[in-house]
Amino acid sequence: MARRLNILEHALSSLLRRKQKNLAIIVVYTLTVATIASVLFLTQSLRSEAVNVLAAAPDIVVQRLAAGRHDLIPIADAEQIRRMPGVGKVEPRVWGYYYDSLKKVNFTLMGVKDSPTNLPLLQGTFPANNEQCTLGKGIAEAYGVTIGDSLVLVDSSNSSKLYQVSGLFIADSELLTNDLILLQEAELRRFFKLPDGRATDLAVEVYNQREVATLAKKIKLALPDSRPIGKTEILHTYDTVFNWRSGIMLTLFASALIAFCILAWDKATGISADEKREIGILKAIGWDTNDVLLLKFWEGLAISLTAFLLGAIIAYLHVFFYGAGLLAPVLQGWSVLFPQFNLTPAIDLYQLFVLALLTIVPYIACTIVPAWKTAVTDPDSVMRS
Amino acid sequence: MPTLIETKDLCKIYNRHKPDELQALSDVAFSIDQGQVAVLKGPSGSGKTSLLSLIGCMARPTSGSIRLADKDVAKLPERFLAELRRDLFGFIFQQFNLMRELSLFDNILLPLYPTEISGKEMKSRADEILRQLELGDRKQQKVKQLSGGEQQRVAIARALINQPEIIIADEPTAHLDRALTEELLTILARLKQNGKTIIIATHDPAIYQQQELIDRSYLMHDGNLLEVERL
Ligand SMILES: Nc1ncnc2c1ncn2[C@@H]1O[C@H](COP(=O)(O)OP(=O)(O)O)[C@@H](O)[C@H]1O
Ligand SMILES: [Mg+2]
Repeated sequence: MARRLNILEHALSSLLRRKQKNLAIIVVYTLTVATIASVLFLTQSLRSEAVNVLAAAPDIVVQRLAAGRHDLIPIADAEQIRRMPGVGKVEPRVWGYYYDSLKKVNFTLMGVKDSPTNLPLLQGTFPANNEQCTLGKGIAEAYGVTIGDSLVLVDSSNSSKLYQVSGLFIADSELLTNDLILLQEAELRRFFKLPDGRATDLAVEVYNQREVATLAKKIKLALPDSRPIGKTEILHTYDTVFNWRSGIMLTLFASALIAFCILAWDKATGISADEKREIGILKAIGWDTNDVLLLKFWEGLAISLTAFLLGAIIAYLHVFFYGAGLLAPVLQGWSVLFPQFNLTPAIDLYQLFVLALLTIVPYIACTIVPAWKTAVTDPDSVMRS
Repeated sequence: MPTLIETKDLCKIYNRHKPDELQALSDVAFSIDQGQVAVLKGPSGSGKTSLLSLIGCMARPTSGSIRLADKDVAKLPERFLAELRRDLFGFIFQQFNLMRELSLFDNILLPLYPTEISGKEMKSRADEILRQLELGDRKQQKVKQLSGGEQQRVAIARALINQPEIIIADEPTAHLDRALTEELLTILARLKQNGKTIIIATHDPAIYQQQELIDRSYLMHDGNLLEVERL
């Protein structure tokens, strides 16, 4: 035990001795890990946002198509769907998009009848009358308003109306409620001039998740001009989008890894004359091959662990506190989601573990292997140098 | 005193079966008793360093035997040789072979790291040796900041830290002036008094003419060893 600690101590002091060289390695190494880990954190977090969105999403959304385009659906259709076996609640939803050309903010306006249960509030209440609204955090921030303040919206007759903010949202997923404004349903119909008896779409609850696809088909059959969208289909869309992006990222990732390998290879082949001499001296004064290898192992571990941890911490801060700013150009796709929202930290420990394995192990190997080649030769050359 | 080291028919051939094959030692018979001081004289290239490396377990002979405390070490695996180097030998190299960027103190401790000796014990040993060699007040300095004479003493301190039975010195005065050579001789005499066995390769008369110090004198020539009778 004393032996291991002694050698560890010497490993640390010999690292400090070559400060500049080791610092340079740690910097490159840390940046590599930070880049890769940023990509991992980001995709993981987007994925878990998507999962959250889906968890709150209805099992089937039924839209109506008219001339190939999304149109309002008769509320009477809801009753027909409701009667199908396996179907739970069917809720007509009224909602629409709103664009504020002044602020250049795009968001979703949705009508509610009473307190919806799937949307937890941060504070306050849901709109109780036609003069109240409930806001997502992003919108509240974009307009700089909070509960009790007023918000002006321009309706489809082009007249503005003042709404009092009665509540603010928080949800597991910021993506879900960030750009949402709730109004009373009647008020929303007036706002968008939606006719009574029609809804934007129908949210269908299905008792058995495995029947979603079958029921979607049945609905299509019963209502030929409808377009039922199953949850799995939404999942699929999300996944394609994210996978495509992480494909680009993977390319980045791979190039970073290659850069790193070059660095490691350079180090591996370039064991310096100085280092060789030192190994020779150590062996001559009684270190055996294993002691030298242990020394190199500690050295490699100290550097790679430091760099890995630093890199992971930098990536965490970068993605979850600074909105992955440096990756934004590659991820423009999702930054059109507006207003800006912060990602909820989600980390896949398994991925992180694999990354640790993929960087630490090769680095240590690159430190040990060339040293090993030197360490197995007889130390008598030290007597002559 | 019992024989401590004895070689028989010792041969060392470098680059065997290659065009630049070279026989550095031929049938060498060397022996030394415990507590004796031996010198190896001989011109450069005669094989002194080769012999010291074999005796010091730093390399293995091509043929022949090396008995060390009644054990044949010629064919031992590397692991055991390292152990012998660590436990039995102290080496003083011609080039000092110190780690220039490390402090004096860390250099001296190096041979003890791969042992189970505790940190506390290591430090008290080092302090004691530094005191004897009058280096105590400089122990945190880097070796590269020391003078040649001080480096020489650091090299000696490192050779002694593991309390070796046998001390091997290869041309220890090659880089020293007269005063420092005197100093080294004093240290060697003290080590002999303490019962250490010492083997020195040198062609410096200032050493090999020390009749008080030297018990056995060998002459090397082209890989052959000859014991010189004392006058
Ligand atoms: N590693 C080696 N490979 C090939 N030849 C060597 C090697 N080491 C020493 N020699 C040769 O062996 C001979 C003896 O060298 P050495 O033992 O160093 O003599 P000395 O110490 O007396 O000067 C020399 O001719 C030297 O060139
Ligand atoms: Mg020599």
